[in-house]
Amino acid sequence: MTHAAQLITLDNGLKVHLKEIHTAPIISTWIWYRVGSRNESPGITGISHWVEHMQFKGTQDYPAGILDREISRVGGDWNALTHMDWTTYFEILPSHLYNLSLKLEADRMVNSQFLPVEVERERTVIISEREGNENQPRFLLAEAVQNAAFSQHPYKYEVIGVKEDLYSISREDLYQHYRRYYQPTNAVLSIAGDFNTHSLLQNIKEIFGDIPSGDSVRLILPPEPAIGHEKQVHITGPGETSYLQIAYRAPSAQNPDFFALTVLDSLLTGPSSLNMFGSGGTSNKTSRLYRALVEGEITVSCQGALHATIDPYLYSINLTLHPDRTPEEVLFAVDQEIKRVLDSPISKTEIDRAIKQARALFAFSSENISNQAFWLGYSEMFASYDWFENYVNHLSNVTPERVLQIAQTYLEPDNRVVGIYIPEGG
Amino acid sequence: MIIKNTIFDDHIHALPNPENTTRVQLPNGITLLTRPNFNSPTLSIKGYLNGGSLFDPEDKLGLSYLTAFGLMTGTANHDFQSLYNQIESIGASLRFSSSTLRTSFSAHCLSEDLDLILSLLADCLRSPSFPEKEFNRQKNQMLTALAIRAQDTGAMANLLFDQIVYCGHPYQHPEEGYTETVQAIQRDDLPDFYQRIYGPKDMALAIVGAVEPQLAADAVQQYFGDWENPSQNPLPIIEGIEPLANPTEKRLNIPGKYQADIVMGCLAPDRHSPDFHALRLGNNILGEFGMMGRLGQRVREVAGLAYYVGSSLSISLGPGAWEIIAGVNPENIDQTIALITDEVVNFVSHPVTEQELSDSKSFFLGRMPLMLDSNSDVAASLINIERFNLGLDYFLRYPQLVQEITREDIFEASRRYLDPERLAIAVAGP
Repeated sequence: MTHAAQLITLDNGLKVHLKEIHTAPIISTWIWYRVGSRNESPGITGISHWVEHMQFKGTQDYPAGILDREISRVGGDWNALTHMDWTTYFEILPSHLYNLSLKLEADRMVNSQFLPVEVERERTVIISEREGNENQPRFLLAEAVQNAAFSQHPYKYEVIGVKEDLYSISREDLYQHYRRYYQPTNAVLSIAGDFNTHSLLQNIKEIFGDIPSGDSVRLILPPEPAIGHEKQVHITGPGETSYLQIAYRAPSAQNPDFFALTVLDSLLTGPSSLNMFGSGGTSNKTSRLYRALVEGEITVSCQGALHATIDPYLYSINLTLHPDRTPEEVLFAVDQEIKRVLDSPISKTEIDRAIKQARALFAFSSENISNQAFWLGYSEMFASYDWFENYVNHLSNVTPERVLQIAQTYLEPDNRVVGIYIPEGG
Repeated sequence: MIIKNTIFDDHIHALPNPENTTRVQLPNGITLLTRPNFNSPTLSIKGYLNGGSLFDPEDKLGLSYLTAFGLMTGTANHDFQSLYNQIESIGASLRFSSSTLRTSFSAHCLSEDLDLILSLLADCLRSPSFPEKEFNRQKNQMLTALAIRAQDTGAMANLLFDQIVYCGHPYQHPEEGYTETVQAIQRDDLPDFYQRIYGPKDMALAIVGAVEPQLAADAVQQYFGDWENPSQNPLPIIEGIEPLANPTEKRLNIPGKYQADIVMGCLAPDRHSPDFHALRLGNNILGEFGMMGRLGQRVREVAGLAYYVGSSLSISLGPGAWEIIAGVNPENIDQTIALITDEVVNFVSHPVTEQELSDSKSFFLGRMPLMLDSNSDVAASLINIERFNLGLDYFLRYPQLVQEITREDIFEASRRYLDPERLAIAVAGP
C-alpha cells in the first residue's frame, strides 16, 4: 500500500516530493524553506523563528483566525518548526482535504501581511517563549556551549535568538527576511499519505505553478575555524543539580564521516530514533557511557546528540550529574571511556549490533505517515532523499577501523567545548 | 444540528470496532485486545494493571512509582544488563510507569520479536527481584528528578494546583511523592507493594500491528495464562470531594527563573459522568480549538501576554480537574489571571455560539481518522475503551454522542463545575 517516492521539480524551481501511502485516510503536507538561524547575523538573531510565528497571522485571503478555524474544523493538526538550516510548516488532515493545505501554503508563501500591530504582539510572545527556555538549565548551558564552540558561524546562536535582538528587530527586518527566503526556488514541498500522485501533482502545479521563482538564495558560508584547544564554559543558576555538556565539532551530514560518527554515538550513548512522530525509539541502558557513568553512579542520565546539518555543527554528550559527584570526576570518566574506544579494538559484533538496532528503528520510522512526509523533506534540507533511503546501507558499511579513525579525529579534547552548569544551591 | 462528516462516515469501519478488533478474556482475569495491521512489520503493545500511587503509604509516597521502575532492574531470569541487552539488541522498547490508579506498560518491536517481548514483559511483571544495588541507584535517580522538579515552574504550579483542588483527597499528592517520602522508602517496601498490588485480575493489554489475533492470543496465554496472585488487592471505591468553598490561591517563589507558570481551574467529574461529552466540547471551545480556543485568542493573540495558554480536562475515575494553564513573564501574572478569570466569567454567563458548537463538533469528528496513523495510537484507544468499559462499538456510537450535545448542555455542565468565584489558582515562578 506504499509507493516509491516521486521527486519532481516545477518550472519555478519548487521541489515536490510525494509518497502515496494508503494505510489510513490521512494526508501529511509539509513545506520546507532553506532558512533558519544559519541565515542570520548578529543584530537579527531569532528572525527566522519570528517570521515563522508571523506566518500564522494571516493573509488577505486567509486572515488570522480563519486559517486556524479551517484546519481545526476538520480535526487537523498544523504547526511549524524552525531549526538552524530550515523552517517547515505542516498540516495533517483527513485526506480528501489536501487542497486546503496546498492553498494555504501557496498563499502564505507570498501574501503574509506582517501587520505592525501583530509584529508587536508577537514580540512579547516570543520573548515569553525565550523566557520559558531560560527557565531550563539545559537551555542556558547549551546556549553558552554553542556560543563558545563557534567564533563566526551563525550556528553560534540559538534558533530563538538573543534577547537584545528580540527587542530590536523591526517589522521591516522581518518582512525583508520573509520576502528573501520564502520563494519556490528555496522551498521543498513534501507530502505523504492517501492520495493519487498524478492528480495531486496537477493540483500542485495549478496552485503553486504561477508563483515567481525568485532569486537564488543558497548561502555558502566561510568555514568555521577548528575549535583548536579545549574550552570550558561555566554557568551558574538556581537549583541543586549539576549538568555537563561535552560538545565536539562534528562533520556535516553530507560528510561520509557522519555515518561512522553515528555508529560511534550508538556505541557510546545508544541508538538514535528516526521517529519525529509516534513511538519507536529504544533505551540506552547497554551503551558504554550508560554502563560506566549511570551504573557507576557518576551521573543519573546520559544522552548523545548528533544533528544532521549543512555545515559542521556539534556532537554533544549531555549528562546530569549524580549529586555526590563533581564535574571533574564526570569528565574524567567520560575520557576514560573514550580512551577505551581508542585503545581497545571495537568488536565487529558490537558494530553489527548497532546496525541491527538502526535497521529496526528505520522500520519503526515507516510506520507513521507524517514521519515519512517529514523525511521526504527534511533530508533535502541538508542532503537529499537518497541520504535517508540509504541511511542503513551507509551505516552497514562502517567498519571497526573506521569507527576508531573517527574517534581519533573528532573525540579529541582539542576539538571540544566542555560546558558545566553549577547550581547555586548545590 | 447535524454535522456531515464525509471522512468519518467513509472510514468509520477502519476505526477499531467489533468486526476488526478481537477481545479475549483469560480465566485469570486478563483481557487481551488485538487489532491486526500488516502495513508495516511492527507491533505496539500497551496495557495496565489496576493499582498505583493510591496505595502508597502517606509516609512513603513514590513507592508505586519506584516499584514500577524496579520491575526492569532485575528478574528471576535476567539481571539489569541481560534484560536490556535482549531488548536493545533488537531495537525494541519496553517501559513501565505508574500513575495514581494504574501501573502501565508499553512496548514497541518488530512483529518477528513478539514472543521475545512478551516473554520479557511477563518476566518483569511476574518475577521481579528488585536487586538492592539497582534499587539504591534508582532511588538516587528519583531524588535527583525531584530536585529538578522543584526547579520546574510548570511542574510545581501543577503540584500546587492539585494540592488546592484535591485538598484532603488522595489525589492531592504527586505520583512521584516528595523528597522526604522517597528517602523513607527501603528496598523491602518494593516486593511488599508488588505482592499486594500486582496480579492478573483486571489487567488489560492491547496488541496492534502485524500479527494475527489468534497468534497473539496464544502467546499471551503462554506467558500469562498461569499467573495468579490471590493476595492482589482490588482498587478501592474512590471517594468524591466537595468543590472549593472560596477562591484559593497559592504562589510559590522559585528564585532565579525568568518565566512564571499559572494553573487555574476547578474539579471535573468522573469519566462515566453524563456531562463528559458536553464538558469535552466546552473545554475545546474555551481553551483548545485552533490556537487554544477563546483563551488563546484573548491572552496570546490579542494581549500578546503568553507563549502558551490553553485548557484541558483531566478526567478518569473519581474526581477529575479542569485546568487552565499559561506561561507568562512574572510582571504579567496578575493581568493574565484577570484576563483568564474574565473569560471564565464570560464562558459561564452565556451559552457558546452555534458557530462555536458546530466548529467544535466538526473538530472532534474530523480528527478521528488521524488516530489511525500509528499502531501505538490505536493501541492507546483500545486500552482507553477497555479501561472505561466503553464497549468495542464505542467509535461507531461516537458520532451520535458528539452530535447530540447542545449549547445548553455545555452551558449547564460548565456551570456545574466552573465557578469564577471559587477558582483554584496556582502560580510558580520568580
